[in-house]
Amino acid sequence: MNWNWFKKIAKDKPKFWETYLSNFEDKERRNRYVVFDCESTGLDYKKDRILSIGAVAIVDNVIEVKDYFEVFVIQELFKPESVPIHGIMRNGNEDKIVEVEAIIRFLEYVKDATLVGHHVNFDIELINEALSKLDLGKIKNDYMDTDAMYQKLKYLPYEEHRSLDELCDIYKIRKSDRHTASGDAFITALLFLKLKKKLEI
Amino acid sequence: MNNSIAQRIADFLKHYEPFTYLSSDDVYTIATQVKVLYFEKNKILFQINDKTHDNFYVVNSGEIGLNITSDSDDVLIDKCDDGDIIGLRPFFAKDNYLMTAKAREETILYAIPIEIFKPYVSQNQDILNFLLESFASNTRNPHSKENKGKLISENVIYNEQTTEIQYYQPIKYTKNPITSKANHLIKDIAKKMVDHKIGSIIVEKSNLPIGIITDKDLRSKIATGLFPIDIDAKQIMSTPVITVAENLSIAEAQIMMLKYNVGHLCVTIDGTIHSEIKGIISEHDIVVAQANNPGVLIKQCKRASNSTDLRIIREKLTELIQQSLDKNIPINHLCSIAGEINTAISKRAIELAIEKIGTPPPTRFSWMAMGSQGRKEQLLMTDQDNFIIFEDVPDKEYENIKSYFLQLAERVTKTLNKVGYEFCPANMMASNPQWCKSLTDWKKQFNLWINAPGDNGILMCSIFFDYDLVYGDEAFVDKITQNIFDNTNKNGLFFAYLGADAIKSPPPLGFFKQFIVENDGENKDSFDIKARALMPLIDAARLLALNKETRNVNNTYLRFKKLAELEPQNQDLHEACADAFLTLLTFRTEEGLLNENSGRYLNLKELSKLDKVKLKNCFSPIEGIQELIKTRFQLTYFT
Repeated sequence: MNWNWFKKIAKDKPKFWETYLSNFEDKERRNRYVVFDCESTGLDYKKDRILSIGAVAIVDNVIEVKDYFEVFVIQELFKPESVPIHGIMRNGNEDKIVEVEAIIRFLEYVKDATLVGHHVNFDIELINEALSKLDLGKIKNDYMDTDAMYQKLKYLPYEEHRSLDELCDIYKIRKSDRHTASGDAFITALLFLKLKKKLEI
Repeated sequence: MNNSIAQRIADFLKHYEPFTYLSSDDVYTIATQVKVLYFEKNKILFQINDKTHDNFYVVNSGEIGLNITSDSDDVLIDKCDDGDIIGLRPFFAKDNYLMTAKAREETILYAIPIEIFKPYVSQNQDILNFLLESFASNTRNPHSKENKGKLISENVIYNEQTTEIQYYQPIKYTKNPITSKANHLIKDIAKKMVDHKIGSIIVEKSNLPIGIITDKDLRSKIATGLFPIDIDAKQIMSTPVITVAENLSIAEAQIMMLKYNVGHLCVTIDGTIHSEIKGIISEHDIVVAQANNPGVLIKQCKRASNSTDLRIIREKLTELIQQSLDKNIPINHLCSIAGEINTAISKRAIELAIEKIGTPPPTRFSWMAMGSQGRKEQLLMTDQDNFIIFEDVPDKEYENIKSYFLQLAERVTKTLNKVGYEFCPANMMASNPQWCKSLTDWKKQFNLWINAPGDNGILMCSIFFDYDLVYGDEAFVDKITQNIFDNTNKNGLFFAYLGADAIKSPPPLGFFKQFIVENDGENKDSFDIKARALMPLIDAARLLALNKETRNVNNTYLRFKKLAELEPQNQDLHEACADAFLTLLTFRTEEGLLNENSGRYLNLKELSKLDKVKLKNCFSPIEGIQELIKTRFQLTYFT
């Protein structure tokens, strides 16, 4: 009995997750990149929470400003059981939404795009952590790290990291609006375009 | 969802025209549709003849250069940096781009879809005006002082020699036009139009335009029998009258006519139908206004039937040069335009002379221009220098054939004299038996000058080595050029002579950094810009170009440009010389136009302090290039 119930849950994933996974069914080459950044309460993805996510898409080496994403997350104690999973809260036009809703919208937005970020592993972990609380799998998208791209371009050792600020200085990118998720996403997008060209990707 | 990236882009855009004319909300709405592009150095945004894009562009950071191709060289005509707009052409014209836009450094561009922006243009007169002015007035940002005169108009096609630099002049129109009243009879109005030889008449009421009757109305409404001829004007007049304000440019007038599909525009005091009539612009006015267009002048040359026609064209060219200088059109472009027209005039003079003689030339021949015309630097009416090369013929026919060409030259030089190019005082003209001879004789002549350069030979070289084909066979020109190179190659003595000649006038600053001025004669205390500044550069360019055996580049500016390319180690110096030459030529041309003379002597007292500094700045490249010549040709002992 117990066992069956368990299996049922495991099978019955929420709709948004299935929709998200269905994006990866056809194996065509993907040419949409989503550059994103998460602002969080700290640097420990196990304990800390997402504050906001900002993202913008790049298609054919062009930043499409209208293909854009930004959410702010309400900071409250996270109670997965209190959150209806099946894509409700959809009309929430409020300024802030709960973390689950943020993740749902984010996955709806990114679809199968290649994710790009600066020190992107941390952002991916934040999102995976949020997904694991919903008992869902890890994010499926390919992802690229602008810091790793720079390391590759300059043949730097793996341990040698550059901050977004440093790379902006190197590539003369204006840094106004730093430390908002969308501001950083935009700056990272510019940086990505430059690095992509230099690496001839 | 508020788009903070769009907000950020809007914050940037709103500081720059034309976005300053829009509300913050509108700028934001536009910004949400922006695409952000990154261009690495030297990457091309669009090229001449590319189909126009769906977007226009605003430079966010970096720099885009706009180039046109002139004489197969890329000429940079403008640099666009933060906030500058590029690629307005699709707003106004359906044809392809007429410029190349290329990143001069790493550049980030905002691409704004034309479709998105268009509604704002039609709703907002300020924006329309700004774009029109940017597109039309040849300046990128007509409201910014520092950009005054910089070329941007993607309308300019220098390579086809049909620049539309006249296009943006205010149009001349008929003032105090003939008008009639609404109750006048059509028959009387038609008579009035015939009497005054006009194609349209404005119907007015207390001097405000209420309608217009044109030939077309008479044709379509009266002649077809639709209306009798004894009705009132108001029954057939077209309303409303399309009105415009004064000082409309030719381009704008044309756009208005196309937009409203009319052939006449009524000029009123404030540009609306609610103010008094000032005049009328017809399509004919546009045609007339464009008559000074270089392309039209060249066409007119081809149709000219006598020296008077040609003279009128040459006078129009002078006007064109004056207007272009006023508009800060780069003088090197002006040189090539003027060069083409000068050539066209000479060509037509030769054709007319052949017609007059009645028999075609007995052999192939080349009519060559030399001196300033040969270098395509003849902006002012200076004297003519030319020579004829004809084919090698058997000895017994030689004299007959030579006499034909002398007769031809006699006629041509006379025609040119009537046009305004005075006879050469030193008789360096094809009508002089010495300068009208066969190819072989010319080769001998050049060899003599090169191999026995004595002082006279060098003088001749400096005159005859700047030649340009005006009419006839190009093959002769190539043969002469090849012959010259064969003889000058590794000819140290020749280059030593030519080098010594090239540095005979040192930079024209005296011991106390004062200008060296003429000490005596009628030009006392004035500065001889030709002998002291232009000639040293012209001579240096010729010498170095000859030494490098560059072909088909006879123009001083282009010679230095070419040298800059060939000698990267001296690139800065050569480019400085090229720029100095243009500056000096501009001084001379302006002076000459002002005083209707050769512009050779500048009155220093009339120069502003700024002009003096500009002039002095041209002297250090002269000093530099003369040093280079001294070293290269080892002239230290020679002088």
